[in-house]
Formats: sequence, C-alpha cells, structure tokens
Amino acid sequence: MAGVQVSNLSRSFGAHKALDDVSIDFADGGFYALLGPSGSGKTTLLRQIAGFDFPDSGRIAIGGESVERVPVEKRRIGMVFQNYALFPNMSVADNVAFGLSVRGEAKAIIASEVQRALDLVQLGKLGGRRPHQLSGGQRQRVALARAIVTKPRVLLLDEPLGALDKALRVDMQIELKRIQREIGITTIFVTHDQEEALTMSDRIGILRDGRLVQEGPPEEIYDRPKSEFAATFLGDANILRGDTTGTGIRLVDGTAIAAGAGATLAAGAKASCAVRPERIRIATDSGTSDPNANVLRGQISKRIFAGNNSTYFVERDGQTLKVIVQNTGIERLAEGQEVVLRWSPESTVLIAAN
Amino acid sequence: MAGQVASGSRSGLRSALPLLLPAYLWLTVAIFLPLSAMVFFSFMTELPLSGKAWAFTLENYTTFFSQGLYWTLLLASLRLGLEVTLWCVFIGYPAAYVLAKVLKGRSREAIFLLVILPFWSNGLVRIFSWAMVLREGGILDTALNAVLPFKINIDLMYSYPAVIIGLVHSYVPYMVLTCYLTLQAIDDSLIEAGRSLGASRLQMLRWVIIPLSMPGLVAGAALIFVPVVGSFMEPRILGGRTGTFYGTVIEDQFVAVFNWPLGAALSFILLAVVLVILALASPVLRRAA
Repeated sequence: MAGVQVSNLSRSFGAHKALDDVSIDFADGGFYALLGPSGSGKTTLLRQIAGFDFPDSGRIAIGGESVERVPVEKRRIGMVFQNYALFPNMSVADNVAFGLSVRGEAKAIIASEVQRALDLVQLGKLGGRRPHQLSGGQRQRVALARAIVTKPRVLLLDEPLGALDKALRVDMQIELKRIQREIGITTIFVTHDQEEALTMSDRIGILRDGRLVQEGPPEEIYDRPKSEFAATFLGDANILRGDTTGTGIRLVDGTAIAAGAGATLAAGAKASCAVRPERIRIATDSGTSDPNANVLRGQISKRIFAGNNSTYFVERDGQTLKVIVQNTGIERLAEGQEVVLRWSPESTVLIAAN
Repeated sequence: MAGQVASGSRSGLRSALPLLLPAYLWLTVAIFLPLSAMVFFSFMTELPLSGKAWAFTLENYTTFFSQGLYWTLLLASLRLGLEVTLWCVFIGYPAAYVLAKVLKGRSREAIFLLVILPFWSNGLVRIFSWAMVLREGGILDTALNAVLPFKINIDLMYSYPAVIIGLVHSYVPYMVLTCYLTLQAIDDSLIEAGRSLGASRLQMLRWVIIPLSMPGLVAGAALIFVPVVGSFMEPRILGGRTGTFYGTVIEDQFVAVFNWPLGAALSFILLAVVLVILALASPVLRRAA
C-alpha cells in the first residue's frame, strides 16, 4: 500500500491539452474521487497513474518511487474498468486468479487467495461460473476481486458503477467503501457523478479542460468553492455577479451582498457570490430577525414539489434564483407570489470572476 | 442463449422458408445433382457417355487400396495441406493482429486492401507470376544477385517450396480475414486489464488473445486445409515433376486419361478422409475454442 504523488503532469494529444500541469497528492489509504465533465481529463489522469499512457512532462510517484516511465504491467496497480473487462474464456475463479498465475504463484496459494478475495466481495460460491452467467453487479464484484487479489499498491477505478442501475449503484457504493476500508488500500476513483463523489470519497479533485480546478475534502469544496465552475459542478448554486466591495459584492442595482467566506479581493474588481439553494429562507413578509442577513426580493415563477422538499424558482432582476425548502408543512407558497429571500453572510462564498 | 435461438428458428421456419428456398434450390441443382452423378459414375466400369458397355463395380475404390501409389500421394497431399495451413497461421495471424489491434483508420484500410488484393486477381495469373519470380534468372534471382555482393543461384521453380509459396500466397487471405474478425471482437479493455494484472504480452497472447480468437483460427484452417489437400493447379504449374499430388492425379483421370469413374472414386475417398479428419479434430478444436 502506498500513496500516490502526481506533480506538474502534462499530456497533449495533438493540439488538445488533455492534462495541463496537474499536481495532486493522493494520501496513503485514502479514497479519492476525480470528478469532472467528459473531456475534463479525469480518465487521462487515471490512465497515466495506471501506466497505459506516459506523460509529456511531470512526475508520478507511487510509494515515493518514480514510475512515470514504468509500463503498466510493472507498476503493481489494480484496476477496475467501466465495462468490467472480465476474460470471457475463463471461469470467475480463473479470472480472479489471473494476476497471481502470471506471476507464477504456487497453485495452493492461488486457490486460497482467490477464495479469500471472492469471500470478501461476497461471491464465495460462484467461482465456477462463467462471466456471462453473472449479473452486472456480480461482474463488478468479480472485477474488484480480480484487481485486489494481487495486493496492488493502488486501486484505480474507472467509472466502475456507471453501467449499473440506480438501486444497485447505491448498494455497490456502500460495498465498495466497506471493502476499501477493510483492506485500507489507496483508491482513486473516476466519476462524473457528483453525488457518488460526495458520498464515497475522503477527498475530491475537480478537473476541467485538463486542469485541476479545486481539490479537498467534500465538505470543504461544497461549502467553500473557489470558482463558479466548482460551485455549480459539485451541487447546485446560485451565482450573483457584481463588483466586489472586499467582503462581498454590490449588484448592478446597488444591492449589497455580504460574504462570510471565500477569496480576498481588491475592492472594485468583478466578482461573484455563490449561495446554495438550501441555505436561502423564503418568506412573504419583509420582517427580519437578523439585521446582517442578505435580502433580495423577487417573484416565484415556478414551484416543483418533490415530497420531502420543494424547489422554488424566483425571478429577480432578470435572474432566476433557486431555493430549496424542506417540507415542514407550514410554508406553501404559490407561483406568482411576491417573496423575500434571506440568507446569512456565512452561507455566502465570494469568488473571483473567471 | 443457444436454446432460445434454436426454439425461435423452429417457430419461424414457415416464414423463413421463402428466404431459404432460393439457396437450397440452388444448392440442390448446382451441388447435389452433379455430386450424385459423380457417386453414380464412381461405381461404373466405363463412362456411359463413351458409348461402350458398362457395369457396376467396386473396382475403382479397391484400386485405391491395392495400389500403394494413391495412398502415398494422399499422405503427401495431407502433409501439403498441413504445411500450407501452418504457414498461413504463422503469416496470417500476426498480420490479422496488427490489422485488428494496432492499426487504426486510413492505414488499416490501406493494408486491408493489400490483403484482399490477391482475391481480385485471376488465380492462373497469380501462379504464372510466381513462376516468373521463382525461376532461375527470374525476378527473385536477379534482384538478390543485384543486392548481394556474392553470386548465388536461386531456382525454386519446379520444387516443393515453390508449391508451398504459391499455395500460401493464394490462401493466406482466408486466415487473415477469419482471424481479423475474431480478434477485432476482443475488447481492448481486456488486454488492458490483463496488463494491469502484470501479464506480459506473451502471457496475454497465450491465455487471453489466442483462446478468444480460436474460432477464427479454426475457421481459417478449415477453409485452407480442405481445398489445399485437393489442389492441383499450383502443384502442376509451380511443382512440375515434383508437383504430383493426390489432386493432380484426380485431375489427370478427368482431363488426360478420361477415366472419370476412377477420378470420381478417388475424389470421394478424399472427401471421406477430410471429413474423418475434421470430425476427429472437432472435439479438440471446440474445447480450444
């Protein structure tokens, strides 16, 4: 087991910069999600760490040892592919045994290790089956068992849950997390599903156009995004734009918005404030208990009822703001109603204009 | 899955009949009838068309067993078939692998065209072109002597290697095409998965790629082995006097000696032997595939 350090990694395909000066420290034993839209470079980064492709410049170290020119078969990594990539000509047990057999391990050792790995993924009795006789979730488990049975230094997962249906995906998320904790392996997980990234990982790295946009624990990225992209890609966010006052912004119509967190900016520069929809309180009266609260007035253009919560779309000065309200059975506002939106400066993040 | 397909085709047989009928009608007229006539001839003393008196006999078949020559020639032809098939595997399989897994886009199309090109040229023209290449003072001889500092004499014409060269050239596209199809169906991520587990390229070939492309190898081998065993054109033109094989003897019976009954009998013995070989090999091959 070992940590992975990626430093100043760049890789271009023709004129396209797939990775542009990316540096991330993947801590030993951590569960790390690489999140980004398609074409953001997250899969390219994973393939660089795996060794399927070599960087143009930069360094990759696994357990402190430079590996950027080491081919994949010598890197001692475990990888799970999106389509599972099980060998169709072999039984489940032979699939799991493959990594140990090519190393020339003794048959008895292989048999016991394979059984242990299959037990770990709760498929202990299915060793004799062929991959085509298994369900999607079971294939996924076999692929995982095959990747970890060789005791790799790092476990790399390329959208491993992408091909599963929603209910199964949630089961597998929990399962994957349990197995990862149990063996304590450094895990790097590529996904475009923000919910998956939030619920599973210790740290998240958000990529966009080959660059690392922001990196940190899920709570930190969600509560203190450093860019509009990070704010809107990980979760929902209302973005208000204006000129910065140093501790907040002034909107075009002169309204001041105070921010309790975020970048320190020189007064007068263009900036944005981000606020999460669930942090905004919505009411019909203008009476206030908190004199410091940010206040905006608007009109409800649309309401979507989703059982445990409702989403209100509020029109204000040509912009639509999104507000999510828990269903407490008290407030039921109608479309067309004039409303007052209030939220605290602590829920507001100041972001430099991009 | 196979069960489902079988039951589906049974219930759909009535509606499939109009689609099947032309093919089966053609096969009946073009293959079954002439072959039946040949079976008939093979049990005759004389060809009825010649106007001479004829009778039924087993002599044509007993001749094969009473004369060691035919048996020797059949073994030589089987060996020829085996050698040509093996050469086609050694030459065709790597080419198919490169086509399916290494080349992409335009370069693949271009190389593919080169592989198929022999199909588009007349077989006789191909063989005579080889004759010009292989004979003493021919293209190969001249070219090698122009390059090499010392004098060598290359005269492969009318030899066993010439027959092999000609046949391999004619039949290697079958191996390339059948192997290409099965190799292309192998997902690249399987190869990547194997490498990530520490397998060398040779280990991947041995445990994953060859087993998964076995159906293509078997199909290619069958497509090559069967016609090569009965081949006569390449042995006759490129082999000369050394090119006497089972196929050329059958041809002689039909075009030179006009002993159709014996030619037909020898053909059916060949057919039987080939069928027995394929039947014996099929369990082994099916397990491998």
